[in-house]
Amino acid sequence: MARIRDNYERSAAYRAEKVIKGEAEPLDFLPEEDRTTEDKLTIEKTVKESESELSLSPETLTETVEFKLYSRIYKALSVVVCIIFITSLVITAIHLPSLGSDLNPANNEVPERYVEKGVEETGAINTVAGMILDYRAFDTFGESCVLFAAVICVLILLKESDLSAAEHSDRQNEPKNDGILKAAASILFPVIIIFGFYVILNGHLSAGGGFSGGAILGSGMILYLLAFGFEKAHKLFNYKTFAVTVCSAQIFYCIAKGFSFFTGANEIETHIPLGNPGDILSSGLILPLNICVGLVVAYTIYTFYVMFRRGGF
Amino acid sequence: MGLISNYEEVFAVILFGIGFSNLLFNRNLLKKIIGFNIMDSGVYLFLASMGYIDGRMAPIITDGITDAEAYINPVPSGLVLTGIVVSVSVTAMMLALTIRLYRRYNTLNLDEIYMFASRETKK
Repeated sequence: MARIRDNYERSAAYRAEKVIKGEAEPLDFLPEEDRTTEDKLTIEKTVKESESELSLSPETLTETVEFKLYSRIYKALSVVVCIIFITSLVITAIHLPSLGSDLNPANNEVPERYVEKGVEETGAINTVAGMILDYRAFDTFGESCVLFAAVICVLILLKESDLSAAEHSDRQNEPKNDGILKAAASILFPVIIIFGFYVILNGHLSAGGGFSGGAILGSGMILYLLAFGFEKAHKLFNYKTFAVTVCSAQIFYCIAKGFSFFTGANEIETHIPLGNPGDILSSGLILPLNICVGLVVAYTIYTFYVMFRRGGF
Repeated sequence: MGLISNYEEVFAVILFGIGFSNLLFNRNLLKKIIGFNIMDSGVYLFLASMGYIDGRMAPIITDGITDAEAYINPVPSGLVLTGIVVSVSVTAMMLALTIRLYRRYNTLNLDEIYMFASRETKK
């Protein structure tokens, strides 16, 4: 008898009956190894959907007694925490040394040394640039690595496998052959790019540097993309140029500053000329490092925009 | 007395407090990110005001004067630069995660997301 029932359960008629009654999915009867991962995912999804339909929806859950009690306690506690926090911070701020006083404990021998010896040791007129790209260059390297890591995370999280679907949804928001935007962009884009390079190249002479110049370059690239569309922009900026530029800039920064710190720590002559302070080609490694940082920042901002807008280059 | 003479620090601290309470009271993830950015601005203002010294120039050497008495403190300016870069990266990261959460649960409300997620882990 048992064998007859087993035979019956393996038969096509039994399966069809089960499927018609809605007790089983057609895919349930396939042997395990025949199922692709996609099939498994769809099964899991349908199971989850049916289960979530049966259980309570969040709207009903947010109206339960426990949730109301929880939110009331949460709000009361938040008010208390905020009031205590802000009051203690304001009292601390009132008792700080007064604004603009040179007796402020932050004005100690460290900034004095940076200002007095900065030009002589780094060759940079801009003390802040000399500080962040020479004395504390590894700190800035860490910053550009943070930017790089953020770009990688956004690329992983928002990468669309199917760009054509994204293309379709993107078309609705994209300005199509906007004459005013195109005319304005064709005048503004070169000016913005030149200004960005000016700010980057003058980083050691005046206010500016890699980060602000890179942000200007990145916004210029976004303007180009907005005005001329993805197809034209991708001839200039695409995933390949992004990867090559950013990785080579990071590697150059790492090697250059590693060399400079290694030789400095072992008291070996670096043979990097500091030049005449005030010239554009001066201050040793600061100018190339500024260019590296600027390229990384520009491509980071452009990639953020592209990923958030369409999910792929 | 200190409230008037330290007005920049007091304002920075209040800005920080506004961002912090935004972070606590709003259940919407996007508004929490906005609150986080307001907190960042408070920190930048605080750092910039700590480095400022009355009647001195920005730390760009002009006319060959390398006397520390002539320029403001350059260290907080560098710290603000670091802070801005890190805040941009963290904001982009948070927004990307928020988009993924929205695609999964179709809501931005943290309580609802938390309930959906806890129900999923129970199973």
